[in-house]
This record gives sequence, C-alpha cells and structure tokens, in this order.
Amino acid sequence: MSEPNLLRMIDCDPADIPLDQIDVSQRELWSENVKWDFFKRLRDEAPVHYCKESEVGPYWSVTRFADIMEVENNWQVFSSDPTIVIDDPDEDFELPMFIAMDPPTHSDQRKTVQGVVAPANLKVLESTIRQRVQSILDSLPIGETFNWVDLVSIELTTQMLATLFDFPFEDRRKLTRWSDVATGGPETGVVESEEQRRAELYECLDYFTRLWKEREGHEGAFDLVSMLANGEATKDMSAQEFLGNLVLLIVGGNDTTRNSISGGVLALNENPGEYAKLRNDPTVIPNMVSEIIRWVTPLAHMRRTARSDYRLGGQQIMAGDKVVMWYVSGNRDERSIDNPDQFIIDRPRARQHLSFGFGVHRCMGNRLAEMQLRILWEEIQRRFHMIEVVGDPVRIPSNFVHGFAELPVRLHSH
Amino acid sequence: MPKITYIEHDGTSHEIEADVGTTVMNAALDNLVPGIDADCGGECSCATCHVMIDAAWTDAVGQPNETEESMLDLNPESQENSRLSCQIRVSEELDGLVVNLPEFQF
Repeated sequence: MSEPNLLRMIDCDPADIPLDQIDVSQRELWSENVKWDFFKRLRDEAPVHYCKESEVGPYWSVTRFADIMEVENNWQVFSSDPTIVIDDPDEDFELPMFIAMDPPTHSDQRKTVQGVVAPANLKVLESTIRQRVQSILDSLPIGETFNWVDLVSIELTTQMLATLFDFPFEDRRKLTRWSDVATGGPETGVVESEEQRRAELYECLDYFTRLWKEREGHEGAFDLVSMLANGEATKDMSAQEFLGNLVLLIVGGNDTTRNSISGGVLALNENPGEYAKLRNDPTVIPNMVSEIIRWVTPLAHMRRTARSDYRLGGQQIMAGDKVVMWYVSGNRDERSIDNPDQFIIDRPRARQHLSFGFGVHRCMGNRLAEMQLRILWEEIQRRFHMIEVVGDPVRIPSNFVHGFAELPVRLHSH
Repeated sequence: MPKITYIEHDGTSHEIEADVGTTVMNAALDNLVPGIDADCGGECSCATCHVMIDAAWTDAVGQPNETEESMLDLNPESQENSRLSCQIRVSEELDGLVVNLPEFQF
C-alpha cells in the first residue's frame, strides 16, 4: 500500500525512529491499532511536526490539545477549503460540501439543515429513537456469538439516518453502503475500483434527486431532503454540490456514532471495573457517553489548508501547507486531560474532549449522537448483565474513520 | 464580591457570589449552577455556555466580538441579547447581573 521508497511505520520502533521519518498517516498503523506510541512521541518531542514525504504528500501533524484548539479557532488562516481530510480531492470528481467551505457560505448552508438535529427537535425524536433501540435490542440472540457492529451499531445509526432524511425505510441499508463507499476507496477493499466508487455515488445522487423533486415546495417539512430542496442557501445547488452535502450528512450521521457504539462495548470489556461502576449506578450514563466519545474519537483527524504563513508551536507553517489536527492524539494529551490513557466513565469534565471539533465547524449532530448513545446504554442496562466481547475486533484501515468492522460479542441476560 | 443571578428556562433562580476577574461561565461552574456545559472550557470555541443577558444589563455587559458572534450565529437558540458566558469577565460594575439560561445548549 505504501510506496516502495517509503519506510513502513509498522516495521519501526516508535521510540527509535528518527522524528523526521514519522508518518502517522499509514493505514497499517490504523488497522493494526499501533499508532498510539507514534503519537505520544510526536506530542512529547515534535508537537507540530512536518512529514515531508508520504502517500498523501507532505503534511503537518498537530498533536497536542491546545495547539489543535489554536488551529480550530482560526478559520481565517486555517481554511477548510478544498477538503477536510488528509487525502487531496480528485480534480475530476469534486464534491463541494459545507464542511469543506469557510464562512460565510459554510454558515449559510449549515444553518439551513442544522435545525433537524438541534435540541428542540431532538426532544420530539427521543421517543422514536427509544422505540427503535428497544426493538433492535429485543431482536438480538442471547448466548450466541454475533457481530455487534452489524446488528446494533450499523442498524441503529442507519435507522436514525433514514428517519432524519425521511428515507424509504426498507431501502435504509443503501445509506450504510453509500457511507462506506464515500469514505473508502479501492485501497480499503470497500470497492474494487474508483470507477465503481463513483458509479455507486451517482446512484446515491439519482436516488436522492428523485426524493428532492418529490419534496420541492414542501416548505416546513422537517427532513433533511426537504430542508435542502427548499432552503434559500441550498435550493439552487448543483448536482455535484447536492451529492457532496448528502455524503457529508450520511457519513456524519453514520460512520461516527456507529463506531462510538462499538467502541464503548469494547472499552467496557477492557475495563471491567468501569463496567461494574455502570452496573452499580446507571445515572453515570450521560457522563459515560462523553467519555466513550473521547475514548473512541470516531473521526481521527480533520485537515485544514493554511491560507497564509503562520507560526504554530515554534514551527513555521507556510501558505498552502496541509495541516492535520489529530483529534485522536489531542484526546490523549496528558497536558490537557488527566490520566488520558485511562477509560474512566465518571471522569470529571468529560465533555471537554476534541471528538466533535471546535469553532465554526463543530459537529452539528453532537447532541443527537449523545442522545442515541445515552438511550442505547439505558436500554442495554435494563436488559443485559453483560455484552461480552468474545473475539478480536476487526478495525477499519483508515486514518480518518476510526473504528470497527467487526466486534464479536455474546449477550448475557440479567 | 459581585452577585450574579442565573435564571433557568423553567424559572428556577440561582444567586451566587463571584470573584472579580473570573468569567460568568466559570462562576456558574464553580457554584454548580446547572444548564451551562462549557464543552470547550472557555475558549469561545463551542456555544455551550450560552446565556441571554437581562435587558437592564445588556449595555453594561457589552457586545460580542467577531469570533463570539460567529459562534452565536450558528446557534439556533441565539437571540439579540445572547452572549457566551465564557467571554464575560466579572467586575464590580456587574454586581447584580442577571442572565437567563436557554432551554438547551447546542
């Protein structure tokens, strides 16, 4: 996967490798889950670090919590245009989306859709979410081994997304597929070729264009498609921009909470004392949800592009440079978080983590994500003594979507 | 010490005493006033310490700067008298300040 002239990180000792050779973007570090010591080394010795050669070209890594905040808060220098991921966009297949724009266009488009996930609407959605969680959990086999990712994490987030889009319910797994295809190129095994990937994304566009046309004029309808079709800032979007924003909303609502659902189960299994705390006192759940989101950090990074020269952490960043904020590292920064390598469900100040980002691009679905996780754990605790992880998890080979393809579990009832 | 009153959405009122120099956000956290999440810890980078300033106090408290304005702009609960409480420094001039808390932080 890496080009032959590049050193493979997986073969290197993170304590010994010369600093200038470290490349935390390599996929094997993520599929094998061995990136942590490389990030610790960067935080300690080169917190704003330049990697001059990699599969994704040269890039800066920002790995400390406080430095990440400085980048987040300065959108004038650190632009989200043209993309917010470490890979550069394909020149012949651009997908404009508001997360990859700067104010004021970003803010106008975002405001068009964010009402659907704002707390006032979530209050309305709560009982629907709870019913869906209950029926998913009640359908699970007791005492048999199954893949938690597929039967719970994917199923729940996909049902939620179908609700927000008012998407035909029986077709909902198409949303899961499009989400996977959007973030995974041929190198991840999700598709066989870039052509196939684009073809599937155009199928997504066609499907949603049909829904858009049906809903034009349905002003006041409270689903994401109607809001885009009728919103002042979005109704004249090009097809490619519509596709871009669909991808944003599908991935944002799907790949993220999915991995917090899986990662929370794994973390409680790895920390039986914390699982015991949860059993003894379910009122800890809201706090635990924040700790799970920190611990999992479902999106490992966000990327910015410097608009002008800027000095950060003693390093000189030049206009045009690619700057990667590694949330996954900032969430383990001992300078800002006490005992960051410990999973502590009743941790004080648990909400102060980087997983949702900060500044004008802060995750707009954060309250929905927290609500889904809270309800899920409340309902799990009513039903099961333990969700036991009975085999090794399979991790996604991505430096962006930080999560799980498989998590074999067995349920034990009370 | 200056007194500050926080009024929750349901009308519950909390009067506390705050140190000069702290922020209206930290004064709430230190005194366990509910309804302020403060996710970013006071960096003007989220909007989860959102408050609405009582009409009698808007002039004394003043207007948000550009950064704060851009965060408030994205908050669907935001109103004319909205401020982020992490950006309001407690002073003797603000003794008696009254702020209202939104139903939800976002």
